[in-house]
Amino acid sequence: MKELKVSAINKGTVIDHIPAGRGLKVLEILNLSGDNTILIAMNVRSGKLGRKDIIKVEGKILNEEEVNKIALIAPSATVNIIENWEVMEKRKVEIPDEIIGIIECANPNCITHYEEVTPKFKVLSKKPLKLKCHYCERTMEEDIVLKHLL
Amino acid sequence: MRFQDVISINDFRKEDIDYVLRVAERLEEELKKEGTLKYAKGKVLATLFFEPSTRTRLSFESAMHRLGGAVIGFAEASSTSVKKGESLMDTIRTVENYADVIVIRHPREGAARLAAEVARVPVINAGDGANQHPTQTLLDLYTIKKEFGKIDGLDIALLGDLKYGRTVHSLAKALSYYNVRLYFVAPKGLEMPRHIVEEISNKVEIVETSDLEAVIPKVDVLYVTRIQKERFPDPAEYNKIKGSYKVDLKVLEKAKDTLKVMHPLPRVDEIAYEVDNTKYSAYFRQVWSGIPVRMALLGILLGVIK
Repeated sequence: MKELKVSAINKGTVIDHIPAGRGLKVLEILNLSGDNTILIAMNVRSGKLGRKDIIKVEGKILNEEEVNKIALIAPSATVNIIENWEVMEKRKVEIPDEIIGIIECANPNCITHYEEVTPKFKVLSKKPLKLKCHYCERTMEEDIVLKHLL
Repeated sequence: MRFQDVISINDFRKEDIDYVLRVAERLEEELKKEGTLKYAKGKVLATLFFEPSTRTRLSFESAMHRLGGAVIGFAEASSTSVKKGESLMDTIRTVENYADVIVIRHPREGAARLAAEVARVPVINAGDGANQHPTQTLLDLYTIKKEFGKIDGLDIALLGDLKYGRTVHSLAKALSYYNVRLYFVAPKGLEMPRHIVEEISNKVEIVETSDLEAVIPKVDVLYVTRIQKERFPDPAEYNKIKGSYKVDLKVLEKAKDTLKVMHPLPRVDEIAYEVDNTKYSAYFRQVWSGIPVRMALLGILLGVIK
């Protein structure tokens, strides 16, 4: 029988195949409230990734925006929706063509830092990640993007 | 043209550029024959200059007057409600009630794009921080076309501060639509950014060098830019570089007879005054090009010129 590193959940979301070491970052950007029970496993052996992190969030189904946020820092992640201890839906996270409101522009002189406007980016490349600010046209690469998650 | 605003040269396809240049040419002919035109009679342009730029503002205002329209606006933010803390979006929502088209110059990058999203009337970007100044690029292209009767087939050198110069970035991108050979001539440390070189290198042939003398005999256009003192943290570094290029009669000895020297102006010392009255100088005609090009853009966006 397969050994479970973290206990199963009745209802909620399991985020699997997070690159090892990025689990805490995923938790940080999801900004989950204190009401959710969260189980995290780090550096678990994985056939696909070598090592991976897993997060289980009890009682919460992630919405599309949250899933997209995960895609930016853990493009290999899979999101499993759990109901009655079973996987009801398996979603592969995918970086969308346009990213709205998840990250702020790295350009300190961009108008988005001065007006009440939602930052918007066009995805120029998904691998390696490269975004272009819709407003100031500055491009941001993955390391910069990760520092500017909202 | 397929869009309602002029915000970035990146929004332009080649056919859009060619269309604007054709309309500008037509308007210039009409201006010569008839003086002031009447296309924009009854229309109002608002020039919102949140930072000073006298020549760009005057050029737009002159273009609107020559189209027969009227102009309102301000030349610096300190005399407006912005000083009282009004947001850009609220300023735009207010001004759109007074004007049929808005020209905006703003120190923040992306301000023109935001203004265009908010405004119900067309918006033209007259410079947003270090980002875009698309009408400058269009007038540069218009000047080249006027001087040579074409853009295709030319060898064009961009000289000076290619790292920080927003003018040369946009111009290089726009020129990549044409069949040209580009020479990027810059002192060490001020070379054209890699992302621009990479973006256009599959469309046009590019030669990168710091050797102006070797390039001069080969080119049809020498586009000179100012090396911006304010970019250098160490004044000694600036002083070392500032003398690296000076276009004077001696430098031009080896030039083709038909070479044209261009410059977005203002110049400091990168082109000697002795060049002004030679066959090479095209930079003051380049200033004039702003009029028909901006007339064309205003007329097209106002829907009064097809």
